[in-house]
Amino acid sequence: MITEINNSLYDQFIADFEERAARIENESVYSLRKKAMEQFKLLGFPSTKVEDWKYTNVMPFLSADFTFKQPVNTNTTEVGIQQFRIAALECYQIVLLNGEYQPQLSDEIVNKNISVTSLKESYQEETFQKNFGQQLNLNKHHFGALNTAFFKDGLFITTKDNAVAEKPLHIIYLFDSDANLFIQPRHLFVFGKNSNTTLIETYVAANVNSKVFINSVSEITMGENASLHHYNIQTPHDGTVLINHTEVNQKDSSCYNNYCTSFPGADLIRNNLNVALEGENIGSHLYGLYLVADKQLIDNHTLVDHRKPHCQSNELYKGVMKENALGVFNGKVLVRKDAQKTNAFQQNNNLMLSSSAVIESKPQLEIFADDVKCSHGSTVGRFNEDALFYLRSRGISEEQAIALLINAFVFDVTEKIPIPAIQLHINKLIEQSLNELETVS
Amino acid sequence: MLSVRNLQVSIDDNEILKGLSLEIKPGEVHAIMGPNGSGKSTLASVLAGNENYKVKEGKVFFEGKDLLDMAPEIRAREGIFVAFQYPVEIPGVSNINFLKTALAEIKSYRNLPPLEARDFLKLLKEKQKLVEFDASLTNRSLNEGFSGGEKKRNEIFQLAMLDPKLAILDETDSGLDIDALRIVAKGVNKLRSEKNAFIIITHYQRLLEYIIPDFVHVLYNGQIVKSGGKELALELEEKGYDWLKEISPTDELA
Repeated sequence: MITEINNSLYDQFIADFEERAARIENESVYSLRKKAMEQFKLLGFPSTKVEDWKYTNVMPFLSADFTFKQPVNTNTTEVGIQQFRIAALECYQIVLLNGEYQPQLSDEIVNKNISVTSLKESYQEETFQKNFGQQLNLNKHHFGALNTAFFKDGLFITTKDNAVAEKPLHIIYLFDSDANLFIQPRHLFVFGKNSNTTLIETYVAANVNSKVFINSVSEITMGENASLHHYNIQTPHDGTVLINHTEVNQKDSSCYNNYCTSFPGADLIRNNLNVALEGENIGSHLYGLYLVADKQLIDNHTLVDHRKPHCQSNELYKGVMKENALGVFNGKVLVRKDAQKTNAFQQNNNLMLSSSAVIESKPQLEIFADDVKCSHGSTVGRFNEDALFYLRSRGISEEQAIALLINAFVFDVTEKIPIPAIQLHINKLIEQSLNELETVS
Repeated sequence: MLSVRNLQVSIDDNEILKGLSLEIKPGEVHAIMGPNGSGKSTLASVLAGNENYKVKEGKVFFEGKDLLDMAPEIRAREGIFVAFQYPVEIPGVSNINFLKTALAEIKSYRNLPPLEARDFLKLLKEKQKLVEFDASLTNRSLNEGFSGGEKKRNEIFQLAMLDPKLAILDETDSGLDIDALRIVAKGVNKLRSEKNAFIIITHYQRLLEYIIPDFVHVLYNGQIVKSGGKELALELEEKGYDWLKEISPTDELA
């Protein structure tokens, strides 16, 4: 159940939990924590014998000495944060330092229909009590249970019915520490009926000379006819492990768009994105892009759960793998018995730049309805040699031609990004990663 | 300008060119005709630097430099351009971006200053007009979803943009309707000068009614079996390729 390597970390968690019990912050949150803790004791950390973690071994990353305490002295200043803004993007900036909300470093939200508060200060809110912990299945998700038992803070964002966010909410996760940190942010986002919001999450390292293990859980609830564009732009530094679990629940006629982009840096990134289509006429669009460098592991697990009829989902994940990179894509589309007239599409394409890179791609369709249109597919390949030759025959160097072809490969995903400043930002990150890739080889 | 001497080429152990020689001077237009499988496209591919073709024997010099030693992009920067018979579709690479990159690399190789964005656009418009290339196609992905004719015209448009010293047109006329053929020919004729040369590889005499060659070579069974002036194309058209069997040296030996 619990492997030996992680006994010390596991014991550390048990002790921490008992310490917490002495200062109960809220009765209902505490009872959920207790349930989650019992569940975590049953599950432990996932070994590669667990199907969902078959290709992703987290054990080596759990052996470092971690502290759960916030570092006291951090050097992060308002000025220092400027560099993490997305160029030319008008937005509300929301800063989390080592997983905790920093209102003094964040923009004031002038829009009265949008509320951004610290999660730990929101336990009394009716919306919190109604939605918190409702979507995450503690019996299945090892890290989800762990997060629920131990989260300290995070964001509680709500929008009123008919609210239109006039500019995106940009959440910047900053890390600033000298000691090895194990942090577990927890968020709850509740978007009202007919609301329209853009949410951007970026991960950046400010002053880190140590290991950071991030175990993050977000629950998102979308009211009827709500629209959400949700970006994950992951550029953490090396030495980082990011376990990012997102649960989305959509009501009738809502539209959820997720753009998940992971760039070289972190040792391990694991994204769990579970979308429940809990209504009719829903649209869900999941776009992913992962560039994986040497000795890195990027693992995307998605679940699109069609529960009601007349919904549409579309998923496209593209990966570029180089050197000894390891990538995992596991995409499951579930069409339940009631979900007639479902249109569900899923595609995963991988471009291998090296013969020693590995991608484990597993597209899954489970259909229990009989009147649906579904397709899925996966490709793994090298460059089109004919295209490479064609470009070179016009005077373009091999390196430039390869860069053009990689950009062309990821274009299907990047072109879907509706905000030009973000598209530009992501294209820059791609270019940067490719340059880094070239200098390595 | 181009000197091909006793070129012998094979692909997958099939001998295709069996000792081909050719001399081309600036200002000349050479037509190479021949039946299917005679090795016409192989010649174009070898000159472009396609590594699938193995050169067994022979030399190729371009302006005195050993062409076979050069990577494909170096050949292009030196001034060779092949308009391909089957241009590749590259989704996601825009025509404009592609041309900008290619021109920048060619200019930098020749120690010329890079084009300003404004001058590039000016050149783009000028050449679009010259070869009557639809401006909307320029903004699209390279050849993606282009009709056969549009692809061929894009090759000629690229030719106009990159302004090579030696242009090799590999069956550019195949798949073109008569109007498109006239436009392509008109474009090529406008690009002809004292300084550049063309090799027109074609199956039919039709294109040569619009682009008048200085020389016509007949390729058969991997060798040039007959060379002559523009009237040779007419003779070939009239007598058909069967006529070659009579004059082929390999057949004579047999």
